[in-house]
Amino acid sequence: MASIELKNITKTFEKHDVIKDLNLTIEDGKFTVLVGPSGCGKTTLLRMIAGLDPQTSGQVLVGGKDVSKTAPGQRGIAMVFQNYAIYPTMSVRENIEFGLKNNKVPKAERIELVESISETVGLKDYLDRKPSTLSGGQRQRVALARAMVKKPSVFLMDEPLSNLDAKLRVQMRIELIELHKKLGTTFVYVTHDQVEAMSMADKIVLMNKGVIQQEAPPEVMYHTPSNQFTAQFIGVPPMNITYVREKQLTFGFRPESAAIGRSPQQGLVQTSGEIITREMLGSETIYQIKTPLDTFMIKSIDDQYRVNETVYVSLPEEKIHFFDDQEKRIAQDSSLYLDKIQALRGQYYG
Amino acid sequence: MGKKRVSSVIRPYLMILPAMIGIGVFVIYPIFYLAYLSLHKYNLMNPAKSKFIGLDNYADLFARDEFYKVLGNTALYTFATVLITLVLSVAIAVWVSKNTKFNQFIQAGIFTPHIVSIVSIALVWMWMMEPSLGFLNYILKSVGLPTSQWLQSSSTAMASIIFVSVWQGIGYYVLIIVAALQGVSPSIYEAASLDNASKWKIFYKITLPMISPQLFFILIIMTIGSFKVFDTVRMMTLGGPNNSTNTLVYYIYQNRTTNIGYASATGMVLMLVIGILTFVYFRMLANKVHYQ
Repeated sequence: MASIELKNITKTFEKHDVIKDLNLTIEDGKFTVLVGPSGCGKTTLLRMIAGLDPQTSGQVLVGGKDVSKTAPGQRGIAMVFQNYAIYPTMSVRENIEFGLKNNKVPKAERIELVESISETVGLKDYLDRKPSTLSGGQRQRVALARAMVKKPSVFLMDEPLSNLDAKLRVQMRIELIELHKKLGTTFVYVTHDQVEAMSMADKIVLMNKGVIQQEAPPEVMYHTPSNQFTAQFIGVPPMNITYVREKQLTFGFRPESAAIGRSPQQGLVQTSGEIITREMLGSETIYQIKTPLDTFMIKSIDDQYRVNETVYVSLPEEKIHFFDDQEKRIAQDSSLYLDKIQALRGQYYG
Repeated sequence: MGKKRVSSVIRPYLMILPAMIGIGVFVIYPIFYLAYLSLHKYNLMNPAKSKFIGLDNYADLFARDEFYKVLGNTALYTFATVLITLVLSVAIAVWVSKNTKFNQFIQAGIFTPHIVSIVSIALVWMWMMEPSLGFLNYILKSVGLPTSQWLQSSSTAMASIIFVSVWQGIGYYVLIIVAALQGVSPSIYEAASLDNASKWKIFYKITLPMISPQLFFILIIMTIGSFKVFDTVRMMTLGGPNNSTNTLVYYIYQNRTTNIGYASATGMVLMLVIGILTFVYFRMLANKVHYQ
């Protein structure tokens, strides 16, 4: 087990800084998810921790030890790749065993380890098969077993579920959470999918354009996003964010925070509008409503409203977020926040 | 049976007919004719006077020492050419497989001999290998090394021919192997480096198995091609000195006018040997080759 520290990391590709002076501490034993849109530098970061694409400058510490110049195989790290990167010419057993052999683990111990790991991931009957005869989910398990068998102090995972079908992905998500609980090892998981990040992480590290936007547990990130980017990246549909020109303020609210109804309702912001689209998802329904303020996505457990119907929308005071002109969220205990509330109060829009 | 049924039955055969005619005329008929000739004492002046002599040509062939000498030469040539070319081309391919400008230049350089006619190449190398005035001995002399008789001594002539063949062919095989190497997913190598595998282990546990289909292909076509070597021998040594570089096909060529039946029998044996070799390769190696 080990914590990971990145100190003043810079990564340059062909004179272009992908990541500049980044500092990050990943706690020991936590499930940390690096999330962000494609090209945000999350995979680059992971590969620097692994030592596959070493940083241009800065330090990487694993368990307090500087591994900046250590070869990938000697960092005490295991990685699961997006395409699994299973050795296609080797049987499942040879795949799992390869790292142990290279680390000169005695044969008897090796056999025992392979047997017990393959039992854990449910590959026991497949040990002598070639990977080409396995399904996507089974290959995924081979990749996991190969990583686990080395008993690494850190697990790195680069979008390991993105090649699986939706149903299997949900199932594997739960298995990974359980696995983390059982092993208690540091997990660093890269994904572009915020649902994966929210559902699995102890802590989310949200990145954009090589810069960390926010580091926080899922619920903190959801309820108190530090800026507009975070607010709109996390959550489906994203937070509604509107600029009110006459008041010169930007406010936002989560789709489920608004109430809709056929008659006017109490709220800090009240408006009405026409339903443009309606997505019935089962337990909830998402309406796209065009109001004089803006077009909003609103999530409701009430599915009785129909397209083209005009409905009233109201927003309670405590559910509204304000953002400053640097797109940062204004904290609720600041005086600026009260000013904004005053400015928005008691007016009907529309 | 309706008209439509008949045409749908006949049509496929009609479609492959042109190709089948070609194969029949240019492959099957010559093989049978070769077998036919090998059983006859063929009279070139008057074919009508040709005589069926059963397996006499074969008996004659297997009774002659020179046949074994020639067969041995061919086997040696094939073994050495295939082995040296495979080892060198894998080594060079690994060296130049990274796709950089410099490596592309090297690849082009190594490939160039392959597009030059073997006749020109043989002539150039003959000049360079000339013992008293040639370039190679000049170099050897100027750095103080003992000179060689190259093509003019029975102890070095075969090695010289092998050298030229390898030099001429290697670029093509390097190209095939480079393509194979570039087809291997880089993440497999990354996984191996995370598994703490040494460079050598990565090479023989991952790289070699991954390119085994191409290596197997090269092994077979080179073995077949080398067994049929002719042009280099014809240009550079005419089978000499003292039959030291005579090979099966050149031997057949030497007998083409004097004894057609005998030459045909040799041809049949050559075909058989290549057939057996290919069969043995498949038996021995096919399960070691990894197809994706």
